[in-house]
Amino acid sequence: MEFELTTEQKDIQQAAREFAEGEFDRDKAIQLEKDHAYPRDIWKKASELGFVGIHFPEEFGGQGMGVFENVLIVEEFCRNDSGIGTALALCDFSSEIIMRHGSAEQKERYLSAVASGRMISAGAFTEPNHGSDITLMDTRAERKSDHWLINGTKTFITNGAMADFYIVLCQVEPDASPTYRGMSTIIVERNTEGVDAEEIGDKMGIRMTSTAEISFSNVEAPLENLVGEDKKGFYHVLEFFDESRIEIAATALGIAQGAFDRALEYAKEREQFGRKLSDFQVTRHKLADMATTIEAARLVTYKAAWNFDKGRIDPKLTSMAKYLAARAAVTVADEAVQIYGGYGYFTDNEVERYYRDAKISEIYEGTKEIQKNTIASQLIKKGK
Amino acid sequence: MDILVCIKKVPDTADAEVILRSDGKGIEEEDLAFGINEWDNYAVEEAIRLKEKEGGKVAVVTIGTGDDEDILRRCLAMGADDAYRIDSSPFYMDDPYSVAKGLSAFAKKHSFDLIMTGVMAGDMSYAMTGPLTAGMLGIPHTTLVTSIDVKDGNISVTRELEGGLEESVRLELPALLTIQTGINEPRYVSIMGIRKVRSKEIPVLRAEELGLSAEEIGEQGAVLELESLERPPEGKEAEMISGSPDEIAEKILEIVKGVV
Repeated sequence: MEFELTTEQKDIQQAAREFAEGEFDRDKAIQLEKDHAYPRDIWKKASELGFVGIHFPEEFGGQGMGVFENVLIVEEFCRNDSGIGTALALCDFSSEIIMRHGSAEQKERYLSAVASGRMISAGAFTEPNHGSDITLMDTRAERKSDHWLINGTKTFITNGAMADFYIVLCQVEPDASPTYRGMSTIIVERNTEGVDAEEIGDKMGIRMTSTAEISFSNVEAPLENLVGEDKKGFYHVLEFFDESRIEIAATALGIAQGAFDRALEYAKEREQFGRKLSDFQVTRHKLADMATTIEAARLVTYKAAWNFDKGRIDPKLTSMAKYLAARAAVTVADEAVQIYGGYGYFTDNEVERYYRDAKISEIYEGTKEIQKNTIASQLIKKGK
Repeated sequence: MDILVCIKKVPDTADAEVILRSDGKGIEEEDLAFGINEWDNYAVEEAIRLKEKEGGKVAVVTIGTGDDEDILRRCLAMGADDAYRIDSSPFYMDDPYSVAKGLSAFAKKHSFDLIMTGVMAGDMSYAMTGPLTAGMLGIPHTTLVTSIDVKDGNISVTRELEGGLEESVRLELPALLTIQTGINEPRYVSIMGIRKVRSKEIPVLRAEELGLSAEEIGEQGAVLELESLERPPEGKEAEMISGSPDEIAEKILEIVKGVV
């Protein structure tokens, strides 16, 4: 067992840290959040430097590295700024379905564009009536002679109003038994006729990221936009979750670390009753709990990434990482605000934003309850 | 044009809590973050830009331990072609004269058209390593460089002076320049750059391979010996005013009236 990063991984971590320190700016982040605006210029620069799609193959614009290296970058970005970090981490969301299952033409057209900062992707899975339960989709795709005809509505779609293309989970055979064996994943470009994406509105956190409702009304997509195997869409998406949940764990881990960094610094400066906050046992114990929680989350997240890069899929481990890191983000950010006291409640001190940005990680990509279901079903099935 | 940039790894003490070591000859390094000296980073960027414009190669060198190789890899990732580490164990690193001996001995073994260092290192702030190295090599040098222009085997540079003045100087090559911050905007390290480093070896040179004896470069050969580090005594200029806001305002008013 080896717990040390390789020199190359350390260099990547350092490069990501330096980029975030140089480009992410607190005042800019606060303004972007107010405006609900995506950090476009930073995203472009990050793509040019190879931070986006580091895990994509070299032939399609990536860096040919692993999920682990992506985790290191995402963690550093979110640590420096929970909002900008999350927005950048999600810019290639669900492109991995194309990477794992797509045709060479699809990879050429979409992966290369995402890695080089020319396109943003989105995964359109959730529907108004199907959130945690995606075993049946109301969005229909009918196979016509030379195209798919798609009708339906997707909601809570990350990057929805700004993505250049969606990977849409559609029901192609409503009568399939079980229903999830009748689903396919199909690429739909946002500028296709009949596609309408509407921002859902104000939300608690990750406000630099678009979250939209997308309606498909007699949308025609070329037959070759089918990703992977027909009627295997449900499996492609579940398999993708085993990968993407590691990335979401990394965003949560970075948010937790960033909130902790700020709280620690503040505790060492702020004086009350003639002593530094960090001299009070109540604060010391808070800091100890926060650091311990983060360390545990980091170990499981890194292990899940490492395991995935070994070519093994372990939904239990992935769900553990996502569950634990998201919990760490929420509890650590909460305590960070508490340590800051009244000051922590105000936007200028950032921790309130970390607190708001943390919560989504217990909801999207499968709620923490869904993660526990996955963990439990694996435990019971395997009798471990 | 072949360029050598001499770099150093230093602790980031700008925002850190600096604790003096109990022997008074250094600071506690455990909790500090280390990285390339800020001035050196500008020098590396400037060297790479010159190479991109004029052709040639950029080499970087540091006198350090294995832990210092990350800054060499960083320079390779930015675009330097070669990196060398001179093993620091026999050197008395607190003396810029010892360090310059190592750097000049290394430079003599190669043929560089231009050598660059940062104006100073952020840890000891001597600003001597560059000029001493040039002296030992017997080549012209200038300091505080804020722009470089290469013309027919010569270089014209501008230097930053006090009072907002700039001085223009022309030097014959080979020469040594110490580079001021702000001369350029150093690039970020890219993942593509980091991947290129995979195929690079960083040769490690020992002092004796450079013809230097431990007596020359060790503590006994030092011309400058660090005695102790201290915090300056607290000044008496500051006056803390206490009391209610009204009382504080009253006192400030009195003080200001006394001045005008």
